[in-house]
Amino acid sequence: MTTVKIEMPEGAPEEVVTNALVRDVDLGSFGHKGTLALITLDNGLDHTRPNTFGPQSLMALDAAITEALSRKPAAIAITGKPFIFAAGADLSALSFITKREQSLAIGKIGHDVFRRLNECGTPTFAFINGLALGGGLEVGLHCNYRTLATTAFTGLPEVFLGLVPGWGGATILPKLIGPERAVQVIMLNALNNNTMMKSKDALALGVVDAVYEPSDFLERSISFAASVLNGSKKIERTDYSNDPGWEKAIATGRAAALKKYGGAEIASPTRALELIAAAQKCTLGQGFDAEDQVLADLTMSDPLRASLYAFNLIQKKRKKVEGAPKPALARKVTRVGVVGAGLMASQLALLLLRNLKCPVVMTDIDQERAEKGVAWVKAEIAKLVEKKRMHPEAAARLVGLISGSADQSVFAGCDFVIEAIFEELSLKQDLFKKLEAIVSPECVIATNTSSLSVEAMSQGMSNPERVIGFHFFNPVAVMPLLEVARTSATDDVTTATAVAIGKELKKTMVITKDAPGFVVNRLLTRFMGEITDAMDEGTAPDIADGAMRSIGFPMSPFELLGLVGPGVALHVSETLNKNLGPRYRISPSMQRMVKEGVRTFYIKNDDGTFAPNPAALALVEKGEKASTAEQVRLRALTAIAEEARMMLDEGVVSTPAEIDLCMLMGAGWPMHLGGILPYLDREGISDSVCGQRFHAPGVASLL
Amino acid sequence: MSRSVVLVDAVRTPFGKAGSMYAGTRADDLMVRAIRGLLERNPKLDPKAIDDVAIAAATQSGDQGMNIGRSVALLAGLPNSVPGYSIDRWCAGAMTAVTTISGAIALGAYDIAIAGGVEHMGNHPMGEGMDPNPRYLAEKIVDQDALAMGATAERLHDRFPQLTKERADRYAMNSQLKTAKAYADGKIQRDLIPTAARSAELGWGVATADESPRPTTTMEGLAGLKTPFRPAGRVTPGNSSGLNDGATAAILADEDKAKELGLTIKARLVTFAFAGVEPEVMGYGPVPSTIKALAKAGLTIADIGAFEINEAFAVQVIAFLDHFGIADDDARVNPYGGAIAVGHPLASSGVRLMLNLARTFEERPEVRYGITTMCIGLGMGGTVIWENPHFVGGSK
Repeated sequence: MTTVKIEMPEGAPEEVVTNALVRDVDLGSFGHKGTLALITLDNGLDHTRPNTFGPQSLMALDAAITEALSRKPAAIAITGKPFIFAAGADLSALSFITKREQSLAIGKIGHDVFRRLNECGTPTFAFINGLALGGGLEVGLHCNYRTLATTAFTGLPEVFLGLVPGWGGATILPKLIGPERAVQVIMLNALNNNTMMKSKDALALGVVDAVYEPSDFLERSISFAASVLNGSKKIERTDYSNDPGWEKAIATGRAAALKKYGGAEIASPTRALELIAAAQKCTLGQGFDAEDQVLADLTMSDPLRASLYAFNLIQKKRKKVEGAPKPALARKVTRVGVVGAGLMASQLALLLLRNLKCPVVMTDIDQERAEKGVAWVKAEIAKLVEKKRMHPEAAARLVGLISGSADQSVFAGCDFVIEAIFEELSLKQDLFKKLEAIVSPECVIATNTSSLSVEAMSQGMSNPERVIGFHFFNPVAVMPLLEVARTSATDDVTTATAVAIGKELKKTMVITKDAPGFVVNRLLTRFMGEITDAMDEGTAPDIADGAMRSIGFPMSPFELLGLVGPGVALHVSETLNKNLGPRYRISPSMQRMVKEGVRTFYIKNDDGTFAPNPAALALVEKGEKASTAEQVRLRALTAIAEEARMMLDEGVVSTPAEIDLCMLMGAGWPMHLGGILPYLDREGISDSVCGQRFHAPGVASLL
Repeated sequence: MSRSVVLVDAVRTPFGKAGSMYAGTRADDLMVRAIRGLLERNPKLDPKAIDDVAIAAATQSGDQGMNIGRSVALLAGLPNSVPGYSIDRWCAGAMTAVTTISGAIALGAYDIAIAGGVEHMGNHPMGEGMDPNPRYLAEKIVDQDALAMGATAERLHDRFPQLTKERADRYAMNSQLKTAKAYADGKIQRDLIPTAARSAELGWGVATADESPRPTTTMEGLAGLKTPFRPAGRVTPGNSSGLNDGATAAILADEDKAKELGLTIKARLVTFAFAGVEPEVMGYGPVPSTIKALAKAGLTIADIGAFEINEAFAVQVIAFLDHFGIADDDARVNPYGGAIAVGHPLASSGVRLMLNLARTFEERPEVRYGITTMCIGLGMGGTVIWENPHFVGGSK
């Protein structure tokens, strides 16, 4: 029994305790003499509140193991409540830990309890009946054998969260399934947007020993246990300590982490790899001790606190849109229109079609263009069918709902029309007036503009209250953010309808004031402007572009530029320059690139690496005032802090959290920065630039 | 009969006391478990070959609704191509599922099918949602007693004064003792499918035995029980079956098909009959149904070497035995005990009788014919006559 005594840190929410209930199962009916002590993990709530492990839950499991052993069973098994095994450590208390010893103790108590499952001398089984993540899967890894329900997802998301699988996972898994597969689970899956394993993956990787259908999962798992106990089934384990693959596996993990964070060395993946590498030679006990230290180091670091803040923010805001009117106000949407049939418009049409499953009509200036858009949508649907990601019948339904025309009268009867035509205010103003003559006064008219004033677009309309900004990010199907921009006239019914549509599209939404560039483009453009400005002043392009590398953005500013395209970037910066002022610079280098049709600073080599593009370098403005990388970095961060503070002062959004959410979801900025504002706070930049922090100490940082 | 119908195999979940060990388990999940357990031990049967799934439940709503036959076929993971339907004849539901399926096999419409029944009397108390037509009583179509099964049992005592409470109690005690012995000899467990059952308070467990048996039953103990159906009555909880949760399932097949697939053959259907009696003495139903079935089969009661009679009430069993001149403790009758001990989850019990009879056939190859019979609410009886495929010749 563990002797560690743990106290919840002050201020932490009360733990939802996962009980561990012990019951005897007679193995006689399953072909083995004796009983199985079956431990059920159950926090008494339904599947929407998964089992988690906080200190009291760990003590409950500890007591259950003791109770089980006292019954002298042939074996001990652990299973979960319906649909859920366990979703890991209770993270809610981590943000409140103030002392390293507390953090060390949490790591240690987890180990002390879980390791009993391997050290108690009685065979142990995990019957993973449902979701098992992080510490939930680690409990199972400490057991001698594991079965898994075919429908259950499993994974070790710790590295995604800025942690390491530090309750045994980082040590046991490499020993159990070998370095290459362990790196796949612990590193590659976690870094790949927290990919969970399907049961067939977990079986193929060797994470579990058998997979059974859920309808009689427990009975078959017990039968499996009986077969193992009576010797009729043998589970072979491999000793990987002399496997030749360790170095290569670690290198693969390292490369994945560097790629994910734009070349920056980030603590959690680095430390996870250390633990995995050590598992080749160390004993389990040594590995667990090392895990405790790493967990304590990470827990007592600002990046982890920022990650937890970001994770909770993303989870919370996915469901609840800040400042949204009552959902009941939303109008029903049964027909939608998309003005334009270019690539952006077609992407929008596809997204609306797939999620709303109602008639979608597209228009463009001539029938040919409109049909091209429709054809693109149909081709994308066909691809989904080919990849078996859509049933042919579902595809047939959708294909029958999409149509295109050169005549805007097809928008009659639409409840929602969104435009994605050329970014030119006068064009959009004309369009909106024309649309008003076709659609009902209640039809929501939305614009996907990235930088123009929505308010200006709605000027002169009879019903400007139904106009709203609906700003997606490219690629529309992938990027989770949707900025919903209200003008001074936009009414609540319109906003509620737009938010309801956004929910159907499964987007995370932020409601912003109609201000140039909304949030993401405004901050990104300001930031990019500082980098290009530094370059134009005479800083070498590679120095300017590399200045932010250590921060861990997914791509460098110029890589991003290549993705967006200099034309779009220049257009946005010109618009923001006009509307927000000269702090939004217009780069002569960029103007020349657009003029000469040079699209990128980097060209892809045959081997997939990138090399500087001489055509771009030749167009760079040659200033006299070179900056160091550190100067560029500081200058860019200063600009972000300044702009973020201005946005809050102007009421573009109401809270700093919304800015962070926008950068996390719209720009893919990493969780360890908390989006961006927690990073500016901890670097002291907020204080020095704005005279105040964005977040109180402790919200997204150590206290 | 155009084709020979055989019982390939039959299983059941352990029976629980109503709302006890299965309080946290759905009726449809019990039924699914029985079907999956049945298919697991008959791996030669390709589920695609199943022509139909007939499932009985006396109350067909909630977790016993949604056309439970089709519903459990889907939930059990049978291919979408396998259809299913629901059956109701109250206590004889599973028996009727078997006879109806058998009719279809005999006709040649089906080759192989599943029949079974389920009742979760914890989730569906007897009489749940019942709305008897007021004409029943207003026009004296039945007496009030007809609608309460315990009262019909009392009426049997009234009709046959020789069926004393003492005889009923002794029969009940023997049922308990026979079940206790069968359990001790490992005979009941053979056809039980261990069934996972969760309790919110206790966590997951697995039912591996019936919950109801009272192996320590004594005559003195039985004599002291209350008679809930009338003052100074004779029917007690001790000489009646209880309220139970459980499910049963059987595979039936055309005999040639079963042989072709290499399936087991546990019993061969001879014929069956259902018959009605006055609803007030529904427990007498097995007498006319058995007479009818024997006549159709061209057999007499003397040809029957094994009896599985459902013990809804002890008095109803001894009424049957008395009629046919069989002793209350005749060894041919319910050798493993019966519903008084293991329980009677209404619509599921018919198949339990058959799986017991199939075991008797295995153990007693000298027996050629056996019957399964039961009484049915609103005044009916059902009887199925089976032939022992292991019969090696001999007297009966």
